[in-house]
Amino acid sequence: MESQKIAIAVDDLTVAYNYKPVLWDIDLAIPEGVLMAIVGPNGAGKSTLIKSILGIIEPIAGSVSIYGKPYDKQRKLVGYVPQKGSVDWDFPTTALDVVMMGTYGKLGWIKRPGKSERKTALESLEKVGMLSFKDRQINQLSGGQQQRVFLARALAQDADIYFMDEPFQGVDATTEITIINILKELRKAGKTVVVVHHDLQTVPEYFDWVTFLNVKKIATGPVKEIFNDDNLTKTYGINYKVSVQK
Amino acid sequence: MSSAQIEIQLIASIVAIACAIPGTFLVLRKMALISDAISHSILPGLVLGFFITHDLNSPLLIITAALSGVVTVVLVEFIQKTQLVKEDTAIGLVFPVLFSIGVIMIAKNANDVHLDTDAILLGELAFAPFDRFLLNGSDLGPKSLWIIGTILLITISLLFAFFKELKISTFDAGLATALGFSPVVIHYGLMSVASITVVGSFDAVGAILVVALMIAPAATAYLLTDNLKKMLGLSVVFGVFAAIAGYWLAHWLDASISGSMTTILGIVFLIVYLFAPKRGLISVLYRNRQQQIEVSLLTFLLHLNNHQEISERHINHLNEHINWRRVKSKSVLDLATKNNMIVIDKSIISLTEKGKDFTDKAIDYIITNDHSKIESIKEDFFLFRG
Repeated sequence: MESQKIAIAVDDLTVAYNYKPVLWDIDLAIPEGVLMAIVGPNGAGKSTLIKSILGIIEPIAGSVSIYGKPYDKQRKLVGYVPQKGSVDWDFPTTALDVVMMGTYGKLGWIKRPGKSERKTALESLEKVGMLSFKDRQINQLSGGQQQRVFLARALAQDADIYFMDEPFQGVDATTEITIINILKELRKAGKTVVVVHHDLQTVPEYFDWVTFLNVKKIATGPVKEIFNDDNLTKTYGINYKVSVQK
Repeated sequence: MSSAQIEIQLIASIVAIACAIPGTFLVLRKMALISDAISHSILPGLVLGFFITHDLNSPLLIITAALSGVVTVVLVEFIQKTQLVKEDTAIGLVFPVLFSIGVIMIAKNANDVHLDTDAILLGELAFAPFDRFLLNGSDLGPKSLWIIGTILLITISLLFAFFKELKISTFDAGLATALGFSPVVIHYGLMSVASITVVGSFDAVGAILVVALMIAPAATAYLLTDNLKKMLGLSVVFGVFAAIAGYWLAHWLDASISGSMTTILGIVFLIVYLFAPKRGLISVLYRNRQQQIEVSLLTFLLHLNNHQEISERHINHLNEHINWRRVKSKSVLDLATKNNMIVIDKSIISLTEKGKDFTDKAIDYIITNDHSKIESIKEDFFLFRG
């Protein structure tokens, strides 16, 4: 593990809302090629951590680097799946159009998406099993389908590192299976994936790396080594027993 | 038609188009009220510009007025960010204050100038053709046509250049930030365009009615389409229609042109609100009623599926058993028969193959929530269209 390249490095990151710290002095070194879950109770700052790595939230202290350089130099290497509830699904647009947005980052300002962007978007929709829904208005999709559209949009970003904010939240079985398969494919392709995750039961099954977070970082490392009752108790503040052991 | 009539309609149409474009994005960003705020609070900027230039037609007036529009947005956001008051309250606090500063400035200093409050609130399109743009003695048409035409040209070029950026930052500001499209820049760009448009439309329609031209066409278009480009197109069409129809209504009633335009916009919105095919009130009510009947149908089919015994499937038994009134029982029976889901033989009801298949699929869907199971029946039933 020591020889592995560090994909994402977070140093002394502190974030506050109205002077109340929601993330306190976070240090992380996430190796290239891992599938990492961020777990922690509600209000632990999991989404905030992702958002401050992506520059959506301004930290009050600390820094982030992607392959050794600041995020704004490395945007094109990073894909993002926001929480489904963060957008207005009544927006007048189609599934394909939303997925096309994933290609905007590489296009940059002013340039318009063309044939090759459309092709990328269609391929991404196919990967998540949503090709037949491409022309459907996004509010005509089920919650799981909307989540898959978001996943396809991130795939269209064609990144090396992916951040996903609760992709499993309230999805149906088909979508859950799709997401897992995509995660496995991404790992096979050597991508690094960071997922905010709620379901502790599935952590050992889906992920190989885990970060315990509750305002402060509790622990980070391989699931095999650190996913135990001790860390769970420290994170959730109650006596925790992992019912599923590897 | 006299040339003045044509000019008035032309100015009104261009004002309508120039307003419809930023208006569409304001509606999608749920910021309709901010246009109301801007339209009032540009007044002190206008007066300030007049003090500097002593010329009501100076382009500097547009700039100072637009600046005070942007200041409104900044102030509203600043107050809101303290979280001591909510956004709507912040808007309600800021623009009357700025507007009244403008009113006091006029009263104290500009009494001898014809900056009159009526014209500011309502505009006077009928006078627009009198103020000509003269260059080296030749008449190039009404001045306001040139002003709003230039503004429209700028708006359209910005729309074409930044359509993608506007779309992504409106739909998903988080992703827009992550991808490096600064939603803050887009936001203030849009607010600046909205402010400049309001100032440019001022002469024609005044501070109150410019809000209607920004919001009503976009709100109407929103009910009719699922496509952003079409929404922009429809907003423009509704705006121009209201401009021309409004002019003739005013002509016929001998009333205010801007008032008539807004009345037409209101009527068009009402018609679409009631009759829009998918999102109109009537179609929504109809759909709700259909869904209700379909839920009953499904309940009924499940009952038939669960009970093979003849006594449970007698036509009269259903009234007492499922506890439905006659009318409802009849409409459910009719729907099921019409779709060949049941056959009634000597008052005994049985499921057909199709009815059985439908019931199985529906149960499967309800249990698994897997949409692929019901793709084939989605088109026929509102219930499964999500």
